Amino acid sequence: MKTNFRTYYLYLILFFLAGVIIIPLYVSVMGGFKHTGELRTNSLGLPIDWKFENYTSLLTNSDFWLFLWNSTVYAVGTTFFVVLFASMTAFVFAHVKFAANKFLYNYFLLGLMFPFATAILPLFLRVRDFGLLGTSWAVIIPQIAFGLGFSIILFRGFFRQMPKEIFEAAVCDGCSYTQFYFRFTLPLSTPILATVSVITLTGSWNNYLLPLIMINDESLYSWPMGIMVFRGEYFTDWGKILAYVSLTLVPAVVFFFTLQKYIVAGLTGGAVKE
Amino acid sequence: MRSAKFDALLSRYYTIIIFLIPALTIFTLFVVLPIGEAAYYSFFRWNGYGAPEKFVGLKNYEFLFKNRVFIMSLKNNFYIIAISLFVQLPFALLIALMISDKLRGAAFFRTVFFLPFILAEIVTALIWAYIYDGNYGLVAAIWGFFGAEAPFILGDKDWALLAILIVIFWKFFGIHMMIYIAGLQAISKEVLEAAKVDGAGPITTAFRIKIPMLIPTIKLSVFLSLLGSLQLFDIIMPLTGGGPSNVTHSMVSYLYYFGVMRMKVGFGSAVGVVIFLICLFIAIGYQRTLMRDDNENKF
Repeated sequence: MKTNFRTYYLYLILFFLAGVIIIPLYVSVMGGFKHTGELRTNSLGLPIDWKFENYTSLLTNSDFWLFLWNSTVYAVGTTFFVVLFASMTAFVFAHVKFAANKFLYNYFLLGLMFPFATAILPLFLRVRDFGLLGTSWAVIIPQIAFGLGFSIILFRGFFRQMPKEIFEAAVCDGCSYTQFYFRFTLPLSTPILATVSVITLTGSWNNYLLPLIMINDESLYSWPMGIMVFRGEYFTDWGKILAYVSLTLVPAVVFFFTLQKYIVAGLTGGAVKE
Repeated sequence: MRSAKFDALLSRYYTIIIFLIPALTIFTLFVVLPIGEAAYYSFFRWNGYGAPEKFVGLKNYEFLFKNRVFIMSLKNNFYIIAISLFVQLPFALLIALMISDKLRGAAFFRTVFFLPFILAEIVTALIWAYIYDGNYGLVAAIWGFFGAEAPFILGDKDWALLAILIVIFWKFFGIHMMIYIAGLQAISKEVLEAAKVDGAGPITTAFRIKIPMLIPTIKLSVFLSLLGSLQLFDIIMPLTGGGPSNVTHSMVSYLYYFGVMRMKVGFGSAVGVVIFLICLFIAIGYQRTLMRDDNENKF
């Protein structure tokens, strides 16, 4: 009897909490279908008079697609190079013995401790002095630099757990490090490649501060910058803003449900290993 | 005469160099050097053009620590850290303990609670800016239901920070819960079985076995939470933009408004250096006390 009682309260708490999470998301998606007047009188219910215009006007807005495209370029560019450079570096740390190994590994770890905000102005000047302003590289290169640390940790941890026998056998057969990396390490590392890719992709996709500092040219805006500009234009026209929010929210949720396994593995990767 | 061994050695160094150079170069140029440069620039008054010439010594720092808005942002960051560590993390741990057992629907709750974490911070903040809106939002509807005039929470100096803290809580407790669940799953079944045989109830098991075994995991989440709190920017911008009357700035949003937007490179760098020193302080403390007994595989 006592157990039932406890379970009852447990579910009560959990369902209440689930409501607190879901209701804001639900009212946002629904809010995009409502007239301004209806938002005022009917914020919780389903729309009485479905208004699709907020969504359709966005979907036919070329800026909306341009910003999504820009963010895609930043995310894919960053991810490609982070995966390549971080896995190469981690490969050396995991398999090649040399004097500075530990030292260099810690050098990269150090970067993890400091948010890029600490050096944002010198970073901006460096990007400017390299003549990268006004190009996608202004966002991609700093993102690669700040993405390396965590990715190297994840890759190194994975590479070290790979059976040593493969490596020894391959080296005996006259396989060079480079060949080994391309022929064995990478093909055998799909789970960690997926994890690092997914984490880097989402990190870049959602990044706001870095593009905000680096990008001046509206044709290069990322979507978080676009949504903030949109907010500025339609300040209290919440229907329009919520439609924009929902259009970016739905792909994120779908993406998460498809790749949940990798996202969680990456985020908790450091925690589960003992 | 070149021996095979020499060739192997050569190829090893060749590999090390080729494999390390890209990451090392980018990391040094865009992470390490800028941090050093920030320290140097912070002694100058400089708008970023030409070479920094106007050396002002510690003036930037002096101004900073006399500035009411900066002190406020520093305080806000500490509130955020305090709430995260002492309210959010224990709460996340409680929920993790609640749903890690063989509870029916555990997977559903886990996914729902984790959902806010995957949203962009900007989107999260915009959703909540709507919820808090005194004319159209959910707050307006709730107050309206009781026949009262809804407040504009985000425009109220006394409530705006609390409103931000709620959003932070809403967005981030799920990731910490997930980290704890992962840690709990790593606890061996035999230990838990043994405890059960010895007659330990769920609460005893939680306090005597699960939480002590979760300490390394808790350290990780404390560390992530500290760093995350110090970087807070995206959530503040759509909600209050630091307002009203500059009372809700974080150090990073302060840096953005008063350093970056006005292109005050020296002054902004000084703010960056302060954030850096706080991180360094935390990192050293973390190494000393929290990481002492950990193995080198974790960070």
